[in-house]
Amino acid sequence: MTGALQELAEDPGDRKRFLRMMGGAGAASALAIFIAACGGDDEESSSASSGSSTTMKSGGSTKGDLAIVQYALTLEHIETDFYNAVIDSGVVKDQALAETAKMIRDNEQEHVDALTATVKKLGGTPKPPKTNFDAVLEGGEKMVLETAATVENLGAAAYLGQAGRIKSKEILAAALSIHTIEARHAAALNTVVGKTIVPDGAFAKPASMAEVLPKIKPFLA
Amino acid sequence: MSQSKLAAPELAAIDIHGVSRQSFIMRGAVAAGSVYGLSAVGPFVRAAIAQDGGGDVDILNFALTLEYLEAAFYTQGLKQVRGLAGDAKSLATEIRDNETAHVRALTKTIESLGGKPVKAPGVDFGDAFSSPKAFLKLAQTFEDTGVSAYNGAAPMIESTDVLGAAGSIVQVEARHAAAIRLLNGQPITDGAFDKSLEMQDVLDAVKPFVKS
Repeated sequence: MTGALQELAEDPGDRKRFLRMMGGAGAASALAIFIAACGGDDEESSSASSGSSTTMKSGGSTKGDLAIVQYALTLEHIETDFYNAVIDSGVVKDQALAETAKMIRDNEQEHVDALTATVKKLGGTPKPPKTNFDAVLEGGEKMVLETAATVENLGAAAYLGQAGRIKSKEILAAALSIHTIEARHAAALNTVVGKTIVPDGAFAKPASMAEVLPKIKPFLA
Repeated sequence: MSQSKLAAPELAAIDIHGVSRQSFIMRGAVAAGSVYGLSAVGPFVRAAIAQDGGGDVDILNFALTLEYLEAAFYTQGLKQVRGLAGDAKSLATEIRDNETAHVRALTKTIESLGGKPVKAPGVDFGDAFSSPKAFLKLAQTFEDTGVSAYNGAAPMIESTDVLGAAGSIVQVEARHAAAIRLLNGQPITDGAFDKSLEMQDVLDAVKPFVKS
């Protein structure tokens, strides 16, 4: 793995190799490779790199990608905090459901870790939001599960809404690999709360930042 | 019965930029190191590739092939799998409807881009219909593979609208995958990040089920 990491870091513009890694090495470790390759000596925060084959191939579009990754990171923090609050409260009595919450929490924590590293590599400063889920917890198990379903569906829609705006192919690939995980979470939780796994039918609908941000506001302290 | 609708209706009005296959391959080779080996594409996609329509058309035809496979799998499974009932049957019905809608939308999109959609491939699912268990096992494979296929191909898509359409579809495939995994008593995810597959690997994975 170290050899592969070094290889990719030295020739970070090789999308083909990256994508092969995504399939072969296992997505989580591949993401680590991607994050490592995006940083180091090749970190370009300026557009002066337009002539060279830089990692991100983004020139001046790093700023846009950074904003999107920070946005995604905020959502992932909200999700992680939510599941941690739920788990700590013990409000979910059913063992299998409690296990599912833990598993989802673990996924979201990995997303937080990966996106935090990406923000830093892009030259940004991660700013974890302050969150509060007291109102949801006070609503009991049913409210908690419904909120979980709402948040996951929202997260999936949020990623879908950003896909077309991401300039870097590597960041796009990473975002897509998270997008479908949120979709899996959403489908599972919809099943738990008795909703259809495909609330939008055969084609999922994207949500813009303007649509998402008001919906997460209730969870911000 | 879900209504078929284009994921992005504005695709119908998209300009055809006349990107020749030759220039796509050159661009692909330079920019992406030929992520998917077009030469390795099976006969059921080759027909469409012969037609100029640009890289996005090739990718959409790749997706269309997979959707045809899935649509056939669920359509035939619903008829042939004895004992398929309850949640499994409801889910299979929903998925069949979704995949059928995907076939229609992808076909329309390819046509609107001036491309030639692939035809439905001949299929053979072996003994996957011998029991609900076998059926759901292969269903899980198809859905997971579909997710990885779309995620692998999507970064190569040139048009933002086509990317949006692909994203809209792959999200639904991921929802399918999770629901089937629940029925199979499997974890809903395999790690925190969904894997990508190169087109060649996807085609190899589905080759056993394609007759043409």
